[in-house]
Amino acid sequence: MAARRKITLDRRKVVANILKDRGDLLLVTGLGAPTWDAASVEDNPNNFYLWGGMGGAVLTGLGLALAQPQRRVLVLTGDGEMLMGVGGLATVAVQKPSNLAIGILDNQRYGETGMQETHTEHGVDLAAMASGAGFQTTSTVYNAAELKTAIPMLYNTPGPVFVDVKVTAEDQPMILPPRDGPTLKHRFRENLLGSI
Amino acid sequence: MARKKKTDWSKDVFKVLKKADVQQIAYVPDAGHTSLIKMAIADNVIKPVSLTSEQEGVAVLSGAWLGGEAGALLMQSSGVGNVINMLGMANECRFPLLMLVTMRGEWGEFNPWQVPMGQATEGVLEASGVIVHRVDEPSEIAETVEAAAKLAFEGGRMVAVLIGQRVVGFKDWTK
Repeated sequence: MAARRKITLDRRKVVANILKDRGDLLLVTGLGAPTWDAASVEDNPNNFYLWGGMGGAVLTGLGLALAQPQRRVLVLTGDGEMLMGVGGLATVAVQKPSNLAIGILDNQRYGETGMQETHTEHGVDLAAMASGAGFQTTSTVYNAAELKTAIPMLYNTPGPVFVDVKVTAEDQPMILPPRDGPTLKHRFRENLLGSI
Repeated sequence: MARKKKTDWSKDVFKVLKKADVQQIAYVPDAGHTSLIKMAIADNVIKPVSLTSEQEGVAVLSGAWLGGEAGALLMQSSGVGNVINMLGMANECRFPLLMLVTMRGEWGEFNPWQVPMGQATEGVLEASGVIVHRVDEPSEIAETVEAAAKLAFEGGRMVAVLIGQRVVGFKDWTK
């Protein structure tokens, strides 16, 4: 069980900070708030937003990272989404993709369905689960100073990297990116591969 | 017509997958896929991705396609029950998805717990929008996979090849 510390970070500011100097980063976001957070920064053709497929964000990032070993891939998803696909941490750890980083926006809530508590509210430690799976680099972030240390890990530390960022549970305005699946797929592939 | 030995079809299927430029093979093991998994691991181009649950494979292969690689998902029919919600992503985005499913719960099944999912497999896949090719004749497996790969990767669809338990053989409980 993780030690309880005060949660102060605002998820939108966290995501804006993480993506501020993103360069050619490829980004996969988990359904719900992480997708709205990424869209609140900018709609970028290097973003692939999940609007469904709960539990699949990290694994989508894994398939992409294996296919594009020269590119850094970041998955930003929520604690509820991660918990639903938590076995994927073992699958990722076994593959050891050096170009994959995972950032959890952990508000300890199911934010889209009425802010019900997730298991992380009750002490389940996602970073420890990642570490137990075999991730060599894991961190849990509670404040701006820790975030400042963690962001370079997401970009530069050989992966797989796992950073659980504790964020406050306030509702944020929904900022919706495009939602049509083939459109998202085609523009991502066209931008990356030069063809759909 | 002489029937091919049970193990022969795996080699032919692997050739088909290589020809289709499959570069990621995600799997939850089944006895019927033993040879294919071994060949995937031994191949120096194909990345074998061992999964904790079949639904992970749908997401992995969606990501692979985003990155420009084709893949295949190997599983037993019981695994079909695990993939249903994740198929929604492949369906909505029209990600190609090639699934090779070895059947349990039908021909000569000894384990009653395998029967419900085995009997539901085809209907559940079709209800989820997956095109199903069923094959019970060993000599037709490779050509069926070839057609399914074309439909998946060029036709942009989710396609499952169900390989009947009559082909795979039933487990000998006395061993």
